[in-house]
Amino acid sequence: MIRALCSLGFFAALILIWEAASRAGWWSPVLVPSPLAIGEYLIIAIKDGSLFSAGCVTMKRLMFGYLIGLSAGIPLGLLTARFRFASDTLGVLALGLQTLPSVCWVPLALLWFGQTEMAMLFIVTMGTLWAVLLATDHGIRQIPPIYRRAASTMGSSGLHLLWHVLLPASLPHLVSGMKQGWAFAWRSLMAAEIYVTVLTGFGLGHLLHYGRELQAMDQVAGIMLVILIVGFAADKLLFSPWETFLRRRWGLA
Amino acid sequence: MTLQKELDHSSTAKLSIHNVSKLFRSTRQTVSALEDINLHVEDGEFVCLLGASGCGKSTLLNLIAGLEKPTEGTMLTDGTPIDGPGRQRMVMFQEHALFPWLDVMENVLFGLNLKPGLTNDDRRELAMFYLKLVGLEKFVQSNIHELSGGMKQRVALARALAPNPQVLLMDEPFAALDAMTREQLYADLQNIQQKRRKTVIFVTHNVREAVCLGDRVILFTPRPGRIHSEYRVDLPRPRDINDEAVAQLARTITADLKKHTPSA
Repeated sequence: MIRALCSLGFFAALILIWEAASRAGWWSPVLVPSPLAIGEYLIIAIKDGSLFSAGCVTMKRLMFGYLIGLSAGIPLGLLTARFRFASDTLGVLALGLQTLPSVCWVPLALLWFGQTEMAMLFIVTMGTLWAVLLATDHGIRQIPPIYRRAASTMGSSGLHLLWHVLLPASLPHLVSGMKQGWAFAWRSLMAAEIYVTVLTGFGLGHLLHYGRELQAMDQVAGIMLVILIVGFAADKLLFSPWETFLRRRWGLA
Repeated sequence: MTLQKELDHSSTAKLSIHNVSKLFRSTRQTVSALEDINLHVEDGEFVCLLGASGCGKSTLLNLIAGLEKPTEGTMLTDGTPIDGPGRQRMVMFQEHALFPWLDVMENVLFGLNLKPGLTNDDRRELAMFYLKLVGLEKFVQSNIHELSGGMKQRVALARALAPNPQVLLMDEPFAALDAMTREQLYADLQNIQQKRRKTVIFVTHNVREAVCLGDRVILFTPRPGRIHSEYRVDLPRPRDINDEAVAQLARTITADLKKHTPSA
Protein backbone atom coordinates (compact mmCIF):
# COMPACT_ATOMS: atom_id res chain seq x y z
CA MET A 1 0.00 0.00 0.00
CA ILE A 2 2.74 2.42 1.01
CA ARG A 3 4.71 1.36 -2.05
CA ALA A 4 1.71 2.02 -4.29
CA LEU A 5 1.29 5.49 -2.78
CA CYS A 6 4.98 6.09 -3.28
CA SER A 7 4.73 5.28 -7.00
CA LEU A 8 1.59 7.35 -7.34
CA GLY A 9 3.20 10.34 -5.62
CA PHE A 10 6.23 10.09 -7.87
CA PHE A 11 4.16 10.25 -11.04
CA ALA A 12 1.94 13.03 -9.70
CA ALA A 13 5.03 15.09 -8.89
CA LEU A 14 6.52 14.35 -12.31
CA ILE A 15 3.38 15.57 -14.10
CA LEU A 16 3.10 18.64 -11.89
CA ILE A 17 6.71 19.68 -12.51
CA TRP A 18 6.28 19.02 -16.22
CA GLU A 19 3.11 21.14 -16.40
CA ALA A 20 4.69 23.92 -14.35
CA ALA A 21 7.79 23.93 -16.55
CA SER A 22 5.63 24.04 -19.69
CA ARG A 23 3.69 27.01 -18.36
CA ALA A 24 6.86 28.79 -17.32
CA GLY A 25 7.89 28.55 -20.96
CA TRP A 26 11.10 26.53 -20.47
CA TRP A 27 10.56 24.98 -23.85
CA SER A 28 8.34 25.48 -26.85
CA PRO A 29 5.04 23.55 -26.77
CA VAL A 30 5.87 22.42 -30.31
CA LEU A 31 8.83 20.46 -28.95
CA VAL A 32 7.33 19.18 -25.70
CA PRO A 33 3.58 19.48 -25.27
CA SER A 34 2.26 20.07 -21.76
CA PRO A 35 0.46 17.30 -19.87
CA LEU A 36 -2.73 19.27 -20.08
CA ALA A 37 -2.52 19.48 -23.89
CA ILE A 38 -1.84 15.77 -24.05
CA GLY A 39 -4.83 15.15 -21.79
CA GLU A 40 -7.03 17.32 -23.99
CA TYR A 41 -5.98 15.42 -27.09
CA LEU A 42 -6.64 12.09 -25.38
CA ILE A 43 -10.10 13.18 -24.27
CA ILE A 44 -10.99 14.29 -27.77
CA ALA A 45 -9.56 11.08 -29.24
CA ILE A 46 -11.56 9.01 -26.79
CA LYS A 47 -14.74 10.99 -27.48
CA ASP A 48 -14.55 10.74 -31.27
CA GLY A 49 -13.71 7.07 -30.96
CA SER A 50 -10.48 7.26 -32.96
CA LEU A 51 -8.35 6.10 -30.05
CA PHE A 52 -10.57 3.15 -29.27
CA SER A 53 -10.82 1.93 -32.85
CA ALA A 54 -7.07 2.35 -33.40
CA GLY A 55 -6.43 0.50 -30.14
CA CYS A 56 -8.68 -2.37 -31.27
CA VAL A 57 -6.97 -2.64 -34.64
CA THR A 58 -3.56 -2.71 -32.97
CA MET A 59 -4.56 -5.24 -30.31
CA LYS A 60 -6.09 -7.51 -32.93
CA ARG A 61 -2.88 -7.51 -34.94
CA LEU A 62 -0.81 -8.05 -31.83
CA MET A 63 -2.95 -10.92 -30.58
CA PHE A 64 -2.99 -12.74 -33.91
CA GLY A 65 0.73 -12.34 -34.48
CA TYR A 66 1.56 -13.27 -30.92
CA LEU A 67 -0.67 -16.34 -30.90
CA ILE A 68 0.77 -17.53 -34.19
CA GLY A 69 4.26 -16.98 -32.79
CA LEU A 70 3.40 -18.93 -29.63
CA SER A 71 1.61 -21.79 -31.30
CA ALA A 72 4.47 -22.26 -33.75
CA GLY A 73 7.31 -21.38 -31.38
CA ILE A 74 6.47 -23.77 -28.56
CA PRO A 75 6.12 -26.95 -30.70
CA LEU A 76 9.20 -26.03 -32.75
CA GLY A 77 11.13 -25.43 -29.52
CA LEU A 78 10.09 -28.87 -28.30
CA LEU A 79 11.34 -30.26 -31.58
CA THR A 80 14.76 -28.61 -31.38
CA ALA A 81 15.12 -29.69 -27.74
CA ARG A 82 14.25 -33.28 -28.60
CA PHE A 83 16.05 -33.93 -31.90
CA ARG A 84 19.67 -33.08 -32.56
CA PHE A 85 18.98 -32.69 -36.26
CA ALA A 86 16.33 -30.04 -35.59
CA SER A 87 18.63 -28.35 -33.13
CA ASP A 88 21.52 -28.21 -35.63
CA THR A 89 19.33 -26.78 -38.37
CA LEU A 90 16.25 -24.97 -37.13
CA GLY A 91 17.91 -24.13 -33.81
CA VAL A 92 20.79 -22.34 -35.47
CA LEU A 93 18.41 -20.50 -37.78
CA ALA A 94 16.35 -19.37 -34.79
CA LEU A 95 19.43 -18.17 -32.98
CA GLY A 96 20.42 -16.11 -36.01
CA LEU A 97 17.00 -14.64 -36.72
CA GLN A 98 16.41 -13.83 -33.08
CA THR A 99 19.26 -11.34 -33.17
CA LEU A 100 17.65 -9.60 -36.14
CA PRO A 101 15.35 -6.74 -35.04
CA SER A 102 12.08 -7.63 -36.73
CA VAL A 103 11.64 -4.12 -38.12
CA CYS A 104 14.35 -5.18 -40.57
CA TRP A 105 11.73 -7.42 -42.13
CA VAL A 106 9.60 -4.40 -43.11
CA PRO A 107 11.02 -3.84 -46.63
CA LEU A 108 10.70 -7.50 -47.58
CA ALA A 109 7.28 -7.87 -45.98
CA LEU A 110 6.04 -4.91 -48.02
CA LEU A 111 7.47 -6.41 -51.18
CA TRP A 112 5.94 -9.83 -50.51
CA PHE A 113 2.57 -8.96 -49.10
CA GLY A 114 2.01 -5.36 -50.15
CA GLN A 115 0.37 -2.89 -47.80
CA THR A 116 -1.81 -5.51 -46.20
CA GLU A 117 -2.61 -7.08 -42.87
CA MET A 118 -0.46 -10.01 -43.89
CA ALA A 119 2.62 -7.79 -43.87
CA MET A 120 1.78 -6.66 -40.32
CA LEU A 121 1.15 -10.20 -39.17
CA PHE A 122 4.38 -11.40 -40.71
CA ILE A 123 6.45 -8.74 -38.96
CA VAL A 124 4.85 -9.38 -35.56
CA THR A 125 5.19 -13.14 -35.93
CA MET A 126 8.87 -12.83 -36.85
CA GLY A 127 9.35 -10.81 -33.67
CA THR A 128 7.69 -13.42 -31.45
CA LEU A 129 8.45 -16.77 -32.96
CA TRP A 130 12.21 -17.04 -32.47
CA ALA A 131 12.28 -15.77 -28.92
CA VAL A 132 9.55 -18.23 -27.91
CA LEU A 133 11.21 -21.08 -29.78
CA LEU A 134 14.55 -20.52 -28.09
CA ALA A 135 13.00 -20.12 -24.63
CA THR A 136 11.06 -23.37 -25.02
CA ASP A 137 14.16 -25.17 -26.24
CA HIS A 138 16.18 -23.87 -23.32
CA GLY A 139 13.37 -24.61 -20.84
CA ILE A 140 13.14 -28.25 -21.91
CA ARG A 141 16.90 -28.74 -21.89
CA GLN A 142 17.38 -27.49 -18.37
CA ILE A 143 14.84 -29.94 -16.84
CA PRO A 144 16.70 -32.10 -14.31
CA PRO A 145 16.81 -35.61 -15.85
CA ILE A 146 15.57 -37.02 -12.54
CA TYR A 147 12.04 -35.68 -13.17
CA ARG A 148 11.80 -37.69 -16.35
CA ARG A 149 13.17 -40.79 -14.61
CA ALA A 150 10.82 -40.45 -11.66
CA ALA A 151 7.86 -39.92 -13.98
CA SER A 152 8.73 -42.88 -16.16
CA THR A 153 8.93 -45.24 -13.19
CA MET A 154 5.41 -44.10 -12.29
CA GLY A 155 4.25 -45.12 -15.75
CA SER A 156 4.28 -41.75 -17.51
CA SER A 157 5.42 -41.64 -21.13
CA GLY A 158 4.70 -39.99 -24.47
CA LEU A 159 2.07 -37.26 -24.42
CA HIS A 160 1.36 -37.70 -20.72
CA LEU A 161 5.04 -37.10 -19.97
CA LEU A 162 5.08 -34.06 -22.25
CA TRP A 163 1.92 -32.51 -20.84
CA HIS A 164 2.27 -33.38 -17.16
CA VAL A 165 6.04 -33.27 -16.69
CA LEU A 166 8.09 -31.65 -19.45
CA LEU A 167 5.90 -28.60 -20.07
CA PRO A 168 5.25 -27.76 -16.39
CA ALA A 169 8.89 -28.43 -15.53
CA SER A 170 9.96 -25.87 -18.10
CA LEU A 171 7.30 -23.37 -17.05
CA PRO A 172 9.67 -20.78 -15.52
CA HIS A 173 11.57 -20.56 -18.81
CA LEU A 174 8.39 -20.73 -20.87
CA VAL A 175 6.89 -17.79 -19.02
CA SER A 176 9.97 -15.64 -19.40
CA GLY A 177 10.15 -16.65 -23.06
CA MET A 178 6.50 -15.74 -23.59
CA LYS A 179 7.13 -12.45 -21.89
CA GLN A 180 10.11 -11.73 -24.06
CA GLY A 181 8.12 -12.78 -27.12
CA TRP A 182 5.37 -10.38 -26.11
CA ALA A 183 7.83 -7.52 -25.72
CA PHE A 184 9.31 -8.22 -29.15
CA ALA A 185 5.88 -8.50 -30.74
CA TRP A 186 4.79 -5.18 -29.27
CA ARG A 187 7.94 -3.36 -30.39
CA SER A 188 7.82 -4.84 -33.90
CA LEU A 189 4.17 -3.98 -34.34
CA MET A 190 4.73 -0.36 -33.36
CA ALA A 191 7.66 -0.11 -35.76
CA ALA A 192 5.61 -1.74 -38.50
CA GLU A 193 2.61 0.54 -37.97
CA ILE A 194 4.79 3.64 -38.06
CA TYR A 195 6.50 2.50 -41.27
CA VAL A 196 3.73 0.75 -43.13
CA THR A 197 0.55 2.45 -44.15
CA VAL A 198 -2.17 -0.13 -44.43
CA LEU A 199 -5.56 0.73 -45.81
CA THR A 200 -7.34 -2.04 -43.97
CA GLY A 201 -6.91 -0.65 -40.48
CA PHE A 202 -5.64 2.37 -38.65
CA GLY A 203 -3.60 1.40 -35.59
CA LEU A 204 -1.96 3.26 -32.72
CA GLY A 205 1.30 3.45 -34.65
CA HIS A 206 -0.53 5.16 -37.52
CA LEU A 207 -2.04 7.72 -35.17
CA LEU A 208 1.45 8.47 -33.94
CA HIS A 209 2.79 8.69 -37.48
CA TYR A 210 0.08 11.10 -38.60
CA GLY A 211 0.56 13.16 -35.47
CA ARG A 212 4.11 13.66 -36.65
CA GLU A 213 3.04 14.53 -40.19
CA LEU A 214 0.57 17.08 -38.83
CA GLN A 215 3.14 18.45 -36.38
CA ALA A 216 0.65 17.64 -33.62
CA MET A 217 3.06 16.80 -30.84
CA ASP A 218 0.24 16.52 -28.31
CA GLN A 219 -1.07 13.64 -30.42
CA VAL A 220 2.38 12.04 -30.71
CA ALA A 221 3.01 12.26 -26.97
CA GLY A 222 -0.55 11.16 -26.17
CA ILE A 223 -0.21 8.03 -28.30
CA MET A 224 3.20 7.32 -26.80
CA LEU A 225 1.54 7.40 -23.41
CA VAL A 226 -1.20 5.01 -24.56
CA ILE A 227 1.39 2.61 -26.01
CA LEU A 228 3.27 2.70 -22.72
CA ILE A 229 0.12 2.03 -20.70
CA VAL A 230 -0.95 -0.86 -22.93
CA GLY A 231 2.48 -2.48 -22.57
CA PHE A 232 2.42 -2.01 -18.83
CA ALA A 233 -1.12 -3.38 -18.47
CA ALA A 234 -0.32 -6.40 -20.63
CA ASP A 235 2.63 -7.19 -18.43
CA LYS A 236 0.48 -6.97 -15.29
CA LEU A 237 -2.56 -8.79 -16.66
CA LEU A 238 -0.94 -11.48 -18.79
CA PHE A 239 2.25 -12.34 -16.96
CA SER A 240 1.97 -11.27 -13.34
CA PRO A 241 -0.47 -14.09 -12.45
CA TRP A 242 1.98 -16.65 -13.84
CA GLU A 243 4.90 -15.11 -12.03
CA THR A 244 2.95 -15.02 -8.77
CA PHE A 245 2.08 -18.67 -9.23
CA LEU A 246 5.70 -19.58 -9.88
CA ARG A 247 6.83 -17.66 -6.80
CA ARG A 248 4.25 -19.26 -4.55
CA ARG A 249 4.41 -22.82 -5.84
CA TRP A 250 8.06 -23.22 -6.80
CA GLY A 251 9.49 -20.75 -4.33
CA LEU A 252 11.29 -18.91 -7.11
CA ALA A 253 12.38 -15.38 -6.36
CA MET B 1 -14.29 -52.87 -3.59
CA THR B 2 -11.05 -52.13 -5.41
CA LEU B 3 -10.29 -49.39 -2.93
CA GLN B 4 -10.73 -51.73 0.01
CA LYS B 5 -8.47 -54.26 -1.66
CA GLU B 6 -5.84 -51.60 -2.24
CA LEU B 7 -6.02 -50.53 1.39
CA ASP B 8 -5.96 -54.03 2.88
CA HIS B 9 -3.41 -55.65 0.69
CA SER B 10 0.20 -54.63 0.13
CA SER B 11 1.57 -56.32 -2.96
CA THR B 12 5.05 -57.83 -3.10
CA ALA B 13 7.01 -59.95 -5.54
CA LYS B 14 9.95 -62.27 -5.76
CA LEU B 15 12.87 -60.85 -7.63
CA SER B 16 15.43 -62.96 -9.44
CA ILE B 17 18.50 -61.77 -11.23
CA HIS B 18 20.51 -64.25 -13.29
CA ASN B 19 24.03 -63.67 -14.64
CA VAL B 20 23.47 -59.96 -15.18
CA SER B 21 26.30 -57.85 -16.58
CA LYS B 22 26.31 -54.23 -17.61
CA LEU B 23 28.90 -52.54 -19.79
CA PHE B 24 29.01 -48.81 -20.41
CA ARG B 25 30.54 -48.19 -23.81
CA SER B 26 31.84 -44.85 -24.89
CA THR B 27 34.07 -44.03 -27.84
CA ARG B 28 37.18 -44.00 -25.65
CA GLN B 29 36.65 -46.92 -23.34
CA THR B 30 34.34 -49.61 -22.13
CA VAL B 31 33.61 -49.80 -18.43
CA SER B 32 32.28 -52.92 -16.84
CA ALA B 33 29.86 -51.61 -14.22
CA LEU B 34 28.43 -54.98 -13.22
CA GLU B 35 29.76 -58.47 -13.83
CA ASP B 36 27.90 -61.71 -13.41
CA ILE B 37 25.37 -60.70 -10.77
CA ASN B 38 23.13 -63.39 -9.32
CA LEU B 39 20.62 -62.38 -6.71
CA HIS B 40 17.34 -63.78 -5.42
CA VAL B 41 15.09 -61.71 -3.25
CA GLU B 42 12.12 -63.20 -1.45
CA ASP B 43 8.61 -61.77 -1.25
CA GLY B 44 8.63 -58.89 1.20
CA GLU B 45 12.32 -59.13 1.92
CA PHE B 46 14.36 -55.99 2.72
CA VAL B 47 17.73 -56.26 0.98
CA CYS B 48 20.49 -53.68 1.29
CA LEU B 49 23.10 -53.32 -1.45
CA LEU B 50 26.25 -52.05 0.21
CA GLY B 51 29.51 -50.86 -1.29
CA ALA B 52 31.85 -47.98 -2.02
CA SER B 53 30.80 -45.49 -4.66
CA GLY B 54 31.40 -46.76 -8.17
CA CYS B 55 30.78 -50.41 -7.28
CA GLY B 56 27.72 -50.66 -9.48
CA LYS B 57 25.05 -50.89 -6.79
CA SER B 58 23.10 -47.95 -8.17
CA THR B 59 23.47 -49.37 -11.67
CA LEU B 60 21.87 -52.60 -10.49
CA LEU B 61 19.03 -50.59 -8.98
CA ASN B 62 18.49 -48.76 -12.28
CA LEU B 63 18.45 -52.09 -14.10
CA ILE B 64 15.80 -53.47 -11.75
CA ALA B 65 13.83 -50.24 -12.16
CA GLY B 66 13.98 -50.78 -15.91
CA LEU B 67 15.56 -47.37 -16.45
CA GLU B 68 18.51 -49.11 -18.11
CA LYS B 69 18.90 -52.43 -19.88
CA PRO B 70 21.46 -55.08 -18.88
CA THR B 71 24.12 -56.03 -21.42
CA GLU B 72 23.65 -59.68 -20.52
CA GLY B 73 21.51 -61.79 -18.24
CA THR B 74 17.87 -61.96 -17.22
CA MET B 75 15.86 -60.24 -14.51
CA LEU B 76 12.45 -61.44 -13.39
CA THR B 77 9.79 -60.25 -10.97
CA ASP B 78 7.52 -63.15 -10.05
CA GLY B 79 8.70 -64.88 -13.22
CA THR B 80 7.95 -61.94 -15.54
CA PRO B 81 10.93 -60.41 -17.35
CA ILE B 82 11.63 -56.76 -16.58
CA ASP B 83 11.18 -54.73 -19.74
CA GLY B 84 11.37 -50.99 -19.13
CA PRO B 85 10.16 -48.98 -16.17
CA GLY B 86 6.82 -49.85 -14.65
CA ARG B 87 4.46 -49.09 -11.85
CA GLN B 88 5.25 -52.40 -10.11
CA ARG B 89 8.78 -51.18 -9.31
CA MET B 90 8.81 -47.74 -7.79
CA VAL B 91 12.01 -45.81 -7.17
CA MET B 92 12.95 -43.40 -4.41
CA PHE B 93 16.00 -41.33 -5.31
CA GLN B 94 18.61 -39.58 -3.21
CA GLU B 95 17.27 -36.27 -4.46
CA HIS B 96 13.59 -36.32 -3.60
CA ALA B 97 12.63 -35.82 -7.27
CA LEU B 98 9.28 -34.37 -6.26
CA PHE B 99 7.64 -32.13 -8.83
CA PRO B 100 7.81 -28.48 -7.73
CA TRP B 101 4.81 -27.48 -9.85
CA LEU B 102 2.51 -29.75 -7.82
CA ASP B 103 1.60 -29.57 -4.14
CA VAL B 104 2.13 -32.48 -1.72
CA MET B 105 -1.22 -34.14 -2.47
CA GLU B 106 -0.84 -33.77 -6.23
CA ASN B 107 2.64 -35.26 -6.08
CA VAL B 108 1.33 -38.36 -4.32
CA LEU B 109 -1.56 -38.51 -6.80
CA PHE B 110 0.78 -38.41 -9.82
CA GLY B 111 1.45 -42.15 -9.88
CA LEU B 112 -2.05 -43.01 -8.69
CA ASN B 113 -3.62 -41.06 -11.55
CA LEU B 114 -1.82 -43.35 -13.98
CA LYS B 115 -3.17 -46.45 -12.27
CA PRO B 116 -6.34 -47.76 -13.90
CA GLY B 117 -9.37 -49.20 -12.15
CA LEU B 118 -9.79 -46.52 -9.50
CA THR B 119 -12.16 -43.57 -9.23
CA ASN B 120 -10.75 -40.15 -8.46
CA ASP B 121 -12.25 -40.33 -4.98
CA ASP B 122 -10.48 -43.65 -4.44
CA ARG B 123 -7.24 -42.07 -5.52
CA ARG B 124 -7.57 -39.17 -3.13
CA GLU B 125 -8.42 -41.53 -0.30
CA LEU B 126 -5.41 -43.71 -1.07
CA ALA B 127 -3.12 -40.69 -1.29
CA MET B 128 -4.43 -39.51 2.07
CA PHE B 129 -3.88 -42.98 3.53
CA TYR B 130 -0.22 -42.96 2.50
CA LEU B 131 0.32 -39.37 3.61
CA LYS B 132 -0.98 -40.40 7.03
CA LEU B 133 1.31 -43.41 6.97
CA VAL B 134 4.35 -41.15 6.58
CA GLY B 135 2.93 -38.66 9.10
CA LEU B 136 2.28 -35.76 6.74
CA GLU B 137 -1.51 -35.55 6.79
CA LYS B 138 -1.25 -31.93 7.95
CA PHE B 139 0.84 -30.90 4.95
CA VAL B 140 -1.44 -32.09 2.17
CA GLN B 141 -1.66 -28.69 0.53
CA SER B 142 1.88 -27.50 1.19
CA ASN B 143 4.20 -26.60 -1.63
CA ILE B 144 7.31 -28.71 -1.98
CA HIS B 145 9.75 -25.86 -1.37
CA GLU B 146 8.14 -25.21 2.00
CA LEU B 147 9.04 -28.66 3.36
CA SER B 148 12.22 -29.69 5.17
CA GLY B 149 14.56 -32.27 3.63
CA GLY B 150 13.16 -35.07 5.79
CA MET B 151 9.58 -34.16 4.97
CA LYS B 152 10.38 -34.12 1.26
CA GLN B 153 11.72 -37.67 1.50
CA ARG B 154 8.57 -38.69 3.37
CA VAL B 155 6.44 -37.33 0.54
CA ALA B 156 8.68 -39.18 -1.92
CA LEU B 157 8.12 -42.36 0.09
CA ALA B 158 4.35 -41.83 0.10
CA ARG B 159 4.44 -41.17 -3.63
CA ALA B 160 6.40 -44.36 -4.26
CA LEU B 161 4.15 -46.48 -2.02
CA ALA B 162 0.85 -45.05 -3.24
CA PRO B 163 0.41 -47.08 -6.45
CA ASN B 164 1.04 -50.19 -4.32
CA PRO B 165 4.11 -51.46 -6.21
CA GLN B 166 5.46 -54.96 -5.65
CA VAL B 167 9.01 -53.73 -5.35
CA LEU B 168 10.33 -50.56 -3.76
CA LEU B 169 13.74 -49.44 -4.95
CA MET B 170 15.56 -46.95 -2.75
CA ASP B 171 18.75 -45.28 -3.97
CA GLU B 172 20.51 -43.78 -0.92
CA PRO B 173 17.29 -41.98 -0.01
CA PHE B 174 18.54 -40.64 3.31
CA ALA B 175 22.12 -39.76 2.36
CA ALA B 176 21.46 -36.04 2.07
CA LEU B 177 19.65 -35.72 5.42
CA ASP B 178 21.04 -34.73 8.80
CA ALA B 179 21.73 -37.50 11.33
CA MET B 180 18.75 -36.81 13.61
CA THR B 181 16.22 -36.77 10.79
CA ARG B 182 17.77 -39.90 9.36
CA GLU B 183 17.45 -41.85 12.62
CA GLN B 184 13.79 -40.88 12.84
CA LEU B 185 13.27 -42.09 9.29
CA TYR B 186 14.95 -45.44 10.07
CA ALA B 187 12.36 -46.02 12.77
CA ASP B 188 9.50 -44.86 10.55
CA LEU B 189 10.62 -46.93 7.59
CA GLN B 190 10.78 -50.09 9.72
CA ASN B 191 7.36 -49.30 11.13
CA ILE B 192 5.93 -48.77 7.64
CA GLN B 193 7.57 -51.96 6.38
CA GLN B 194 5.79 -53.74 9.24
CA LYS B 195 2.42 -52.39 8.14
CA ARG B 196 2.83 -52.33 4.36
CA ARG B 197 5.32 -55.06 3.60
CA LYS B 198 7.16 -54.58 0.29
CA THR B 199 10.05 -56.23 -1.43
CA VAL B 200 12.68 -53.54 -0.88
CA ILE B 201 16.06 -53.04 -2.52
CA PHE B 202 17.92 -50.36 -0.60
CA VAL B 203 21.22 -48.98 -1.92
CA THR B 204 23.61 -47.41 0.57
CA HIS B 205 27.27 -46.91 1.38
CA ASN B 206 26.51 -46.59 5.10
CA VAL B 207 27.24 -49.94 6.76
CA ARG B 208 25.28 -49.28 9.93
CA GLU B 209 22.30 -48.07 7.96
CA ALA B 210 22.36 -51.31 5.96
CA VAL B 211 22.53 -53.46 9.11
CA CYS B 212 19.84 -51.43 10.84
CA LEU B 213 17.34 -51.73 7.98
CA GLY B 214 18.12 -54.89 6.03
CA ASP B 215 17.00 -58.47 6.42
CA ARG B 216 20.03 -59.16 4.28
CA VAL B 217 23.09 -57.11 3.35
CA ILE B 218 24.80 -57.73 0.00
CA LEU B 219 28.39 -56.53 -0.28
CA PHE B 220 29.63 -55.15 -3.60
CA THR B 221 33.22 -54.67 -4.67
CA PRO B 222 34.10 -52.20 -7.43
CA ARG B 223 35.77 -52.34 -10.86
CA PRO B 224 34.12 -54.46 -12.08
CA GLY B 225 31.04 -54.35 -9.84
CA ARG B 226 30.59 -57.77 -8.31
CA ILE B 227 28.76 -59.31 -5.41
CA HIS B 228 31.45 -60.20 -2.92
CA SER B 229 29.53 -61.70 -0.04
CA GLU B 230 26.32 -61.42 1.89
CA TYR B 231 25.25 -61.21 5.51
CA ARG B 232 21.91 -62.22 6.92
CA VAL B 233 20.80 -59.87 9.69
CA ASP B 234 18.75 -61.78 12.25
CA LEU B 235 18.50 -59.06 14.86
CA PRO B 236 15.10 -58.33 16.41
CA ARG B 237 13.06 -55.36 15.11
CA PRO B 238 12.60 -52.52 15.47
CA ARG B 239 16.32 -51.88 15.40
CA ASP B 240 18.06 -48.69 16.35
CA ILE B 241 21.21 -47.63 14.53
CA ASN B 242 22.90 -47.17 17.91
CA ASP B 243 22.13 -50.71 19.14
CA GLU B 244 25.25 -52.59 20.27
CA ALA B 245 24.34 -55.61 18.13
CA VAL B 246 23.91 -53.43 15.03
CA ALA B 247 27.24 -51.74 15.69
CA GLN B 248 28.98 -55.05 16.18
CA LEU B 249 27.79 -56.58 12.92
CA ALA B 250 28.56 -53.32 11.16
CA ARG B 251 32.14 -53.56 12.43
CA THR B 252 32.54 -57.06 11.03
CA ILE B 253 31.12 -56.03 7.65
CA THR B 254 33.28 -52.89 7.52
CA ALA B 255 36.41 -54.97 8.14
CA ASP B 256 35.37 -57.37 5.36
CA LEU B 257 34.62 -54.47 3.01
CA LYS B 258 37.96 -52.78 3.67
CA LYS B 259 39.90 -55.94 2.86
CA HIS B 260 38.31 -56.16 -0.57
CA THR B 261 37.99 -52.57 -1.64
CA PRO B 262 41.08 -50.93 -3.07
CA SER B 263 41.83 -47.85 -1.00
CA ALA B 264 40.79 -44.61 -2.61
